[in-house]
Amino acid sequence: MKKNYKLENLDCANCAAKMERLIAKIDGVQTVSISFMTQRMSIEADDMRFEEIMEQVAKACRKVEPDCKIIK
Amino acid sequence: MSKKEKKNLIRIIVSLGLFLILFITDNLLEGGLSSVVDSWLLPFFLYLFVYLIIGYDVLWRAVRNIFNGQIFDENFLMCVATVGAFALAVYRGINGQETEGFDEACAVLIFYQVGEWFQSYATGKSRKSISELMDIRPDYANLLLNDGTAEKTDPSDVRVGDIILINPGEKVPLDGVVTEGASALDTKALTGESLPREVNTGSEVISGCVNLTSQIKVRVTKEFYDSTVSKILELVENASGQKSKAENFITKFAKYYTPVVCGTALLLAVIPGLITRNWSTWVYRALSFLVVSCPCALVISVPLSFFAGIGAASRYGILIKGSNYLEKFSRANIFVFDKTGTLTKGNFAVEKISPEENADEVIRLAAIAEHHSDHPIAKSIRAYYGKEIENGYTLTNVAGAGVIAEKGDNRIYCGNEKLMEMNNIPFVKENGIGTVVYVALNGRFVGSVLICDQLKTETGQVIGALNDMGCRTVMLTGDNEAIAKNVAAETGLTGYKASLLPQNKVEEVEKMLSSKKQKDVLCFVGDGINDAPVLMRSDVGIAMGGVGSDAAIEASDIVLMKDDLRGIPLAKRIAKKTMAIVFQNIIFSIVVKIAILVLSAFGIANMWLAVFGDVGVAVIAILNAMRVNTKY
Repeated sequence: MKKNYKLENLDCANCAAKMERLIAKIDGVQTVSISFMTQRMSIEADDMRFEEIMEQVAKACRKVEPDCKIIK
Repeated sequence: MSKKEKKNLIRIIVSLGLFLILFITDNLLEGGLSSVVDSWLLPFFLYLFVYLIIGYDVLWRAVRNIFNGQIFDENFLMCVATVGAFALAVYRGINGQETEGFDEACAVLIFYQVGEWFQSYATGKSRKSISELMDIRPDYANLLLNDGTAEKTDPSDVRVGDIILINPGEKVPLDGVVTEGASALDTKALTGESLPREVNTGSEVISGCVNLTSQIKVRVTKEFYDSTVSKILELVENASGQKSKAENFITKFAKYYTPVVCGTALLLAVIPGLITRNWSTWVYRALSFLVVSCPCALVISVPLSFFAGIGAASRYGILIKGSNYLEKFSRANIFVFDKTGTLTKGNFAVEKISPEENADEVIRLAAIAEHHSDHPIAKSIRAYYGKEIENGYTLTNVAGAGVIAEKGDNRIYCGNEKLMEMNNIPFVKENGIGTVVYVALNGRFVGSVLICDQLKTETGQVIGALNDMGCRTVMLTGDNEAIAKNVAAETGLTGYKASLLPQNKVEEVEKMLSSKKQKDVLCFVGDGINDAPVLMRSDVGIAMGGVGSDAAIEASDIVLMKDDLRGIPLAKRIAKKTMAIVFQNIIFSIVVKIAILVLSAFGIANMWLAVFGDVGVAVIAILNAMRVNTKY
């Protein structure tokens, strides 16, 4: 399943890259791309565990930039 | 400017003002600020005050991120560099040496914030320019109710078949057909075309246009999520999700750059420090390293350039689906064109009249005979004639041959060679390429009309421009060899493939793809109708006149909203310029950063230069990126 999310308070380009790297490492995530310019994340992950994976994704984002929120 | 940016700007100005006052008095007073009370503590506290105003958020984030396990975080690095500089100064002060370095620490942080602010401002501005361009999202639709009144409704609640009212000044919220009224539509946001488009009953209207002159009623033909506006918004919002090689390179570079610089800084402090025992000098040099270690300028300038390029293109009605396509397209050197509807107008028009005596008479008679036919050929004859057509003729269709029109003593024969032969009318054969209509009156041949699919006016110019850029231009067509050869010669195409069935087009493109060199980029240009497989298969698929054709928008990588081939060389120029700027930024930033590193390692550059260099590089790279979005 591929989904797009908007990211709020993503303030630095390097942070976007860092988040991308962290998220890519999460088990079950097939592809992830974060665009700093459009403030969007497109993520492809296992259908069955999507919710669970998204929780880990949110955690990864918080780790890099605590203010950053994923808008669903 | 956002609220946050405003707040930060004020903070920068205040701290810069305070800093300058301190800095100037410090330098004007003999012996500096510390001579006033004869202690280094005075400048320490004064500068610390400024430092905290400008840097409290950086300090806070640094602390927070360490707990999150983010070590090579630029906030942290800035803190180490500046706190380190403070500590060095304090160390000197305690040892009774002249205190210097408080000012540096403050200045580094101030300029770091200036750079951050500038980045945020520039990206915000460029985001805004795109969202303004794409300010096509309709807020409401005036749904016409059964009692004749209109109600403001969310466009996504309107169903196919509903009638909506569009007042002057309002956006067309959904795709549909005009059922009442006539007006002019501004399609600029969609196509970049500044001339308004006239619409009247029966015309199709596309969501995202603005109604200019008068109220129209429109029957909705597509639900909101299917409408042009949704498709385009989706495309634009997801553009740059596809990253280019340059972007991937730069993020990878950043991944190693920071740790390497930090590691070197540590070595630089420890090894020569141990050898020379001159700790403060080497620690200071190492701290300068850390100032340059933030890769943000690099990381931001590349996507910003791409974003600006995509934005510049969209202003001309050219939608590029991602920076990877922009990158690829800049190298595109094989252009494969579909013929009908792409190089040609896709409609038939009178090309030539060969009269025995009078050309007007030929077309007048032909128009009479073709008065009631819906065939494109008949339409083209009537369109060419353009005058009131004489009535009262009895028209008889002769299957596969043409039409005979009779009125009183007059018998008009209008059709192909067969019709002339069947009626034993001697005629002059027309050898031009296209469809020929022979016209005879009362058994006497009066002339022939040659009708063909006309080239777009800009075709020759565009093919010429692409050829000049060193590209190969190839046409694929279902027409026969003679027509294809003729078109190729007329437009300057470097090659063509004739007599292709629709399914052969994919094969032909496959063949070209497998025989091209690795660095060649093959671009297929089609009108999006029946082209989807080829558009997807080619390296870069360009769909023309994308407005209203969802299949084309989905299958292609670049969409020309305006049915104008000149968008192709234009997009190529934009792509090339974007790539040039991307490379300039990468090379420039890396070279300057390395230069500063080397200079500070040898003690030639101090922390001042380091921070100027770092922020300066960021600002210059961003300004350079903004250069993409100029006029073309």
